[in-house]
Amino acid sequence: MSGGHSTYSPKTGIERWIDARMPLPRLIHDSFVSYPVPRNLNYAYTFGGILSLMLAVQIVTGIVLAMHYAAYTGQAFNSVEQIMRDVNSGWLLRYLHANGASMFFIAVYIHIFRGLYYGSYKAPRELLWILGVIIYLLMMATAFMGYVLPWGQMSFWGATVITGFFTAIPLVGEWIQQLLLGGFAVDNPTLNRFFSLHYLLPFMIAGVVILHVWALHVTGQTNPTGIEVKSKTDTLPFTPYATIKDAFGMVLFLILFAYFVFYIPNYLGHPDNYIPADPLKTPAHIVPEWYFLPFYAILRAITFNIGPIDSKLGGVLAMFGAIAVLFFVPWLDTSKVRSAVYRPWYKLFFWLFAINAVFLGWLGSKPAEGIYIPLMQAATVFYFAFFLIIMPVLGLLEKPRRLPNSITEAVLEKNKSAASHPTVSTEATS
Amino acid sequence: MGFLLAGIRRKDPVPVSANEATDHNRRDFLYIATGMAGVVAVGGAAWPFIDQMRPDASTLALATIDVDVSGIEPGMSVTAKWRGKPIFIRNRTPEEIEAARAVPLAELKDPVARNANLDPSAEATDQARSAGEGKENWLVMIGSCTHLGCVPLGQSGDFGGWFCPCHGSHYDTAGRIRVGPAPQNLAVPTFQFISDTVIRIG
Repeated sequence: MSGGHSTYSPKTGIERWIDARMPLPRLIHDSFVSYPVPRNLNYAYTFGGILSLMLAVQIVTGIVLAMHYAAYTGQAFNSVEQIMRDVNSGWLLRYLHANGASMFFIAVYIHIFRGLYYGSYKAPRELLWILGVIIYLLMMATAFMGYVLPWGQMSFWGATVITGFFTAIPLVGEWIQQLLLGGFAVDNPTLNRFFSLHYLLPFMIAGVVILHVWALHVTGQTNPTGIEVKSKTDTLPFTPYATIKDAFGMVLFLILFAYFVFYIPNYLGHPDNYIPADPLKTPAHIVPEWYFLPFYAILRAITFNIGPIDSKLGGVLAMFGAIAVLFFVPWLDTSKVRSAVYRPWYKLFFWLFAINAVFLGWLGSKPAEGIYIPLMQAATVFYFAFFLIIMPVLGLLEKPRRLPNSITEAVLEKNKSAASHPTVSTEATS
Repeated sequence: MGFLLAGIRRKDPVPVSANEATDHNRRDFLYIATGMAGVVAVGGAAWPFIDQMRPDASTLALATIDVDVSGIEPGMSVTAKWRGKPIFIRNRTPEEIEAARAVPLAELKDPVARNANLDPSAEATDQARSAGEGKENWLVMIGSCTHLGCVPLGQSGDFGGWFCPCHGSHYDTAGRIRVGPAPQNLAVPTFQFISDTVIRIG
């Protein structure tokens, strides 16, 4: 796919003139028009496009919000309220930005789980996967710092707890925390630098996205069968086929987004964040935003010391480890078959993992007491066991189902079996 | 950098005379020296960009406060703000002191006093946690949970001391961690009684 010849042919004199000097139109044509995509991509594959759209939405709404926001502890909370009440369409822009962050994470989680299901991380797409994990990490940092900016109670105490993670590091932990905060506690210097970095990081994300798409266009996309593209019949040109499918996926996704923005704009937030930050009073129940909850549960699952590692450092290591393990997934999965479609046991464990991840998220929203603690510990064990034990062992033991010879054969087989069931065939032809 | 360039040059197929070999050694040295100087220069230029993130002079200037404690009867507490963090000052009741004294040191999760006014290895006895001889009723602590920095609630939890609502750490009436994820006793800041009724913190 990568070595495919360019099919771009400049038609006008101006296009030829540009093409000889800086062939940007050629690059765009080859990447988004004639670029061949597997013909069997389903809607799970539209989330890359949806994520690009969400990044653009966040950058555009963020830039205009920054025109009205004051990154100063005395004014930050009020400036956000001013955006909500006084600035023309300010309420819409802020709700788009705040809910946009949640939508961004919904899309990225579907995108990541799609990758895990279809084995998209396997050779030769390891770097593609790693770049994706880096984007995910940058997203988390950006979202965390953005949540601090309204300077409500959850902003303040979330920042206190999360920067507190660094104090778990022996010897230099406190120094690092003070370096991050610019003081001994979360205060004005913290707010200022978080605003600066919150503005910077999305552009860094955009940079890594370019590398991610570049890596994708070198190896080509995977597809639900996990079989590499073998001939021209296996593919379709990006435009109009993938373009329209992506656009339709985006429209459906934007409907969901709009539902949140217009009907339940505060559903995913916390009422405590409408109380101005008070450094002397912690809210009774601190919880992070929903997209961090599984990791928050893992943090709190470690209530015991492990040898020389105390429970605090242990919790922080487990939490960061839960993300770091993703970097090694391409090498932890030993199976020769990519797609879960042909791996009955992996498919089962994949869904158990997905359920467990949601369960961890639910536990993360619960207080760290009683029955919740052993449940958090059990779910944490399964989380790590999936990557460190099930993935490597299953690849060696599992007997995969017979693979079709090509994408085209898989598509034809599917259509044939669909045709043998009359009800399905009418649906397909109607 | 120097090594890289040197490596490329050595593959040079042109025959090397004795004279040129000496020259190459000189060049290796120059490449490495230039590369090292560049690294030092980049590091030096980067330092102010990291250094500016550390607490600035105005933050450090708020390092001492005086608190009048004359109105605090036994069983009462005040919370002062020092370096952006709450400071708990409690005039403890005799029962609280008794309860804290009755705890054997072997039962403590963190056996060290964590009192900035004492030797770092001092044991976490009730006296070592308090304001000392004759002022055992006074407890002065940074009100920031040693787990992840939330403010614990006073006179609550399983030991009648402090309880952190964030992740469930229980402290006793001497502010010592007893149960929960916090690794250390609540820190006692540097402080002194500058008169019978005024405490200077910092």
